[in-house]
This record gives sequence, structure tokens and C-alpha cells, in this order.
Amino acid sequence: MRFLSLAPTNLRRHKLRSSIGAAGIAFGVAAMLSILSLVNGAIGMFERILSTDSHYLVFERNVSDLFFSSVPDSAAAQIRAMPNVASASRLLFGVVSSPGFPVITCFGIDNDDPRLAKARWIEGDRTAFGQHAGEVYLGSRAASFLKAHLGSEVPIGARRFRVAGVFKTANGFEDGGVFMPIEEARRFFHREGVSSLIAIKLRDPSKGDAFKQTVLRRFPTLSALENREFNSTYNSFRILRTTAWAVGACAFILGGLGVANTMLLSVFSRIREIAVLRVCGLSRAQIAAMILAEALAVAAVGLCGGLALGALALAILPRIPEFQGYLQAQAGFGVLGGICATALVTAVAGALYPAWFATRIQPAEALRYE
Amino acid sequence: MSDNDAPLIRVSNAWKSYDGGRVPVLRGVSLQVRAGETVALWGSSGSGKSTLLHLLGGLDLPDQGQVSVCGMDPGGDRARLELRRRHLGFVFQLHNLIADLNVEENVRIPALAVNRPRDETDRRVAALLGDLGLAHRRRHRVQDLSGGERQRAAICRALCNAPRVLLADEPTGSLDEETAATVFALLQGLARREGIALVIATHERRFAEACDRMLGLRHGVLHDD
Repeated sequence: MRFLSLAPTNLRRHKLRSSIGAAGIAFGVAAMLSILSLVNGAIGMFERILSTDSHYLVFERNVSDLFFSSVPDSAAAQIRAMPNVASASRLLFGVVSSPGFPVITCFGIDNDDPRLAKARWIEGDRTAFGQHAGEVYLGSRAASFLKAHLGSEVPIGARRFRVAGVFKTANGFEDGGVFMPIEEARRFFHREGVSSLIAIKLRDPSKGDAFKQTVLRRFPTLSALENREFNSTYNSFRILRTTAWAVGACAFILGGLGVANTMLLSVFSRIREIAVLRVCGLSRAQIAAMILAEALAVAAVGLCGGLALGALALAILPRIPEFQGYLQAQAGFGVLGGICATALVTAVAGALYPAWFATRIQPAEALRYE
Repeated sequence: MSDNDAPLIRVSNAWKSYDGGRVPVLRGVSLQVRAGETVALWGSSGSGKSTLLHLLGGLDLPDQGQVSVCGMDPGGDRARLELRRRHLGFVFQLHNLIADLNVEENVRIPALAVNRPRDETDRRVAALLGDLGLAHRRRHRVQDLSGGERQRAAICRALCNAPRVLLADEPTGSLDEETAATVFALLQGLARREGIALVIATHERRFAEACDRMLGLRHGVLHDD
């Protein structure tokens, strides 16, 4: 394998060309890392909203998105009365707007919702939640971009609400969101008597299957899923994840074409040299391995650069005020491993034709015209 | 005839043409070369000298006839590769060194192809560079060398794997008169000292005449001149 020591030399002699190839991979890696991390972060935040202090989620069966789910209060009451149910928190999702901020997540919740207790209250008192009509509570980032504080009025939709409290949560969606007592939210969204979902905490989680079967039997229009099961099957999450991988893959295809172009130019400009290497005893397989090693070296440099670039982007993007704190990166080993594997596979795929071309060079033909 | 006297190169009635037979280059060439023998292929440009060297080196195949080098028939890919790796060295008119490698790195390329142990390669390369007066230039880049030094580096590379046959295609063609004479003398001396069969294609009569045998190649036919 010592002949592979020729690969770095070949890359060094055309630094600009090699750098362009590596940059193609780097941008692909950075794009994929950013997109996947942000999508995973968004999904993670949404998952945590749903799974706060709960084991199961009950929602309307066969809805494309939870925003369109309607669980009637009658069902919520019956579920809450089940012997194994410790608590059943109703949650109504909506999207509201305020001048200059067209999309703000809104949560309609009960007074005893666990997230009120878990939040760090900056202004106001959680025990007053839902005591007065026309009041909203703001996550700290929402209070910041709406320039609101305790007692001030904020325009939401066609109405104005008094801010009755500001609290800080670790979840970007919640921290950039508006909270209303569920009855207030129902009036605002014209969805009286229903919730988007009910988050269920069981007394004995090991009897979750029995709970699920009971719900499915008694409420044919509803679905009950364990949190983990919900996260892996929820359509919107799947679409988001698939889209993220698809967009990232497109970025990689462009990077792969860059590698292919770099390696082809490299081979075309070295036809005579490759012929001499063949004359010196390098086999076709060694020539191919040398070209592939060059491509892998380009990919490795691009991968490192791309990871650094992506990390920089992920550090900067969530700080941009226009994103209202809704961006939160989450990159696990699976994502990083997938990106590394994709980068290397892309580089090899991009170098296959140049490598094949290099092995077909006939020394006699290439050396005939000196 | 002992094994030592057996020809290292045997060509029997070799024919070669290009462009689907429309351009005949070699017409029934036969040739034998023994170890330590220097043979000049002498002829004008386009007479087929390089083509014959390519057949000997397994870089090309004859249309008809037999070629055997070091007892191997370079008909198959594997045999040709083994020949080039173990038994053959090439020197070209242009040095064909890799510009971004230094002299030593260029010389050790054939050793890389066969994964020869590094210390063994180091010793061989150092000896060759010393013999050919390039020891002080071993870390220098190709572009920093004179024409004669480049050609000497190319000869070192050709000898790296201790070949039994050295094929030189106009090795003095791009050098001035004095340097050409030095390089030619070097090749001839090496061949005699190390028992290498040297086949040198040249259009310079003075070098051809200095070889053990001078074979003229005219219209694709080999003549004992």
C-alpha cells in the first residue's frame, strides 16, 4: 500500500483544484449538518412539548397534523376517570400573529399543566394562571421580541391581550410562544369544546398497553400512542426528517459532482504521468486505488471543513433574532455518522469514473508522442 | 549454451501495424539479446524503433510473431505487469520524471509498485544515486536539475528494481552533445557492469556504433549493420 503515498503529492500540486473539490464536500456536509440538526432540534422541541410529564398521547385518529386534531372534552373527562390515569393534560395548539411576527406558536393549556410548574417564572405568578379573561403568558424570548412585560398589552390577531406573566423554559418553541388558558385559546381559535391532544400520565406505566387498548375500544375516532411510538410514526416528523435527508443528499450530489470534476481534471492532466507509473510497474488496481485515495483525502478535508462550517452555522443561526428562538440544533452520533458515511460514499462515487478512466490509459499510446 | 548465455530477449517474426493495418511499422522482425549485451536500434524517426521497444516492454502486443523477455511471454496483462515490475527498466527521450516529487521520490516509484521494504529500497536508491553522481541532488525537485541530471535520475528510476533488461528510447535525444555522450557512457557502463541487456533506440550513429551490435531499422525491417 506504500504506493498510496503518491496520493497526497498529487493533491498538493494543484492546491486550488483540490481545495475546490474539498469545498464542494464541505458545503454539502455543512448544509446537511445544519439542516438535519435544525430539523432534529425542531422535532426534539416538539416532542418535549408533547411529552412533558406524560407517558401517552391521545389525539384524533388519521389526522395529517396535530394542529387539525380534535379531542372532545367528553372523551378527555372519561379518560381522566380511568383508574390507571394519574393525570390527563389538555393541550390546544394554534399559530397566532402579531405585527411584525406572522408566526408565533400558541399553547392553550389547563391551570395545572406541568409545564407551568417546571418553568422559571421571571414575572408574574403561576398560581394566577387562568384566573382572568383576556390575559396571556409569554415565554421569555417571545416577551423579548414582542417587547412586552408584565402588565403591558400585546396585539395578537385582531385582539389585544394583557401580559399576566413571563417565564423561561429550555424549549425553544415554548420560550418563543404564547400561552393562554385553554378556554381563552378555544375562543380565540373558535374551537370550543375540543383539544388538540391529551397528554396522559399513568399511575402504572407497565400497564400502558391495556390503557391503549381501552382507549381504542371506547373511542374509535381517537388514537393513543406511547410517546416514543408517536415520535417515530408521526407523519409530520417523518416528512420533516425525510425532507431534511433529501435536501442534504442534494447538497451532497453537488459536492460529489465537484469531486468528480476535480478528479477528472486531475486524471486528464496526468495522462502521461499515469502512463509512466504503469511503465514503472503500478497495476491498474494500484492506479485506481491511488485515484480513489485522492478522492477520499479530498473528502476527508472537506468533511472536517464542513463539520466546522456547519458547527459555526449552528452556533450563529439560533442567535438571529428573526428566528424568534425557534431554532435549536440537535445532532446525535447517528446524524454525524450518516454525514461522514455520505461524504465518503459521495467522494468514492464521484471518483469512480475518473479512476476507471485512469486504468484504461494505454502507456504505449500515451507515450508515443513525445 | 548455458543458462547464462541464453538470450534474455527473443523476438521472432514480429509484425505490427497501426490504423487497422493501413500503417505497417514492423515487418517480420526477429532479434535476440543476451545479458550484458548492448544493442542499438538505429534508424530515422518513424522507422519503428519505439514500437519495437514497446513490444519488448510489453507496452504493446505484436499483430503476429512471438516476443519473449526473461523467459516470459508478455501476452497477458499479469505477465506484462510482472515483467515491468521485476525484469524491465525504461528510459525515455524525455525524462518523464514527476515534477512535484524530488529526485529520490521519483527514483523509488518502482519500489512502491512492488511494496519493497523501505530500508531495502533506501539502500538501493542511495547506491544508485551515488553511482550516477546524484547523491547531492537527492532532495532536489526535478525542475531544479539540469537536463543531464534529469536523465540520470530517470536512469536511476529505471534501475530501482534491479531489472535484467533496460530499454532506452532515444535517451540522449534531448541532451546537448557533451551531456549526451556522458549519459550514453553511463548506460553502457551500467549494462556491462551489472550484466543488463541494454536495447537502445537512437538515431545518432556514433552511439549506435559504440554498442556491441548495431541493428538498422528501415521500412519496418531489421538489418544487421
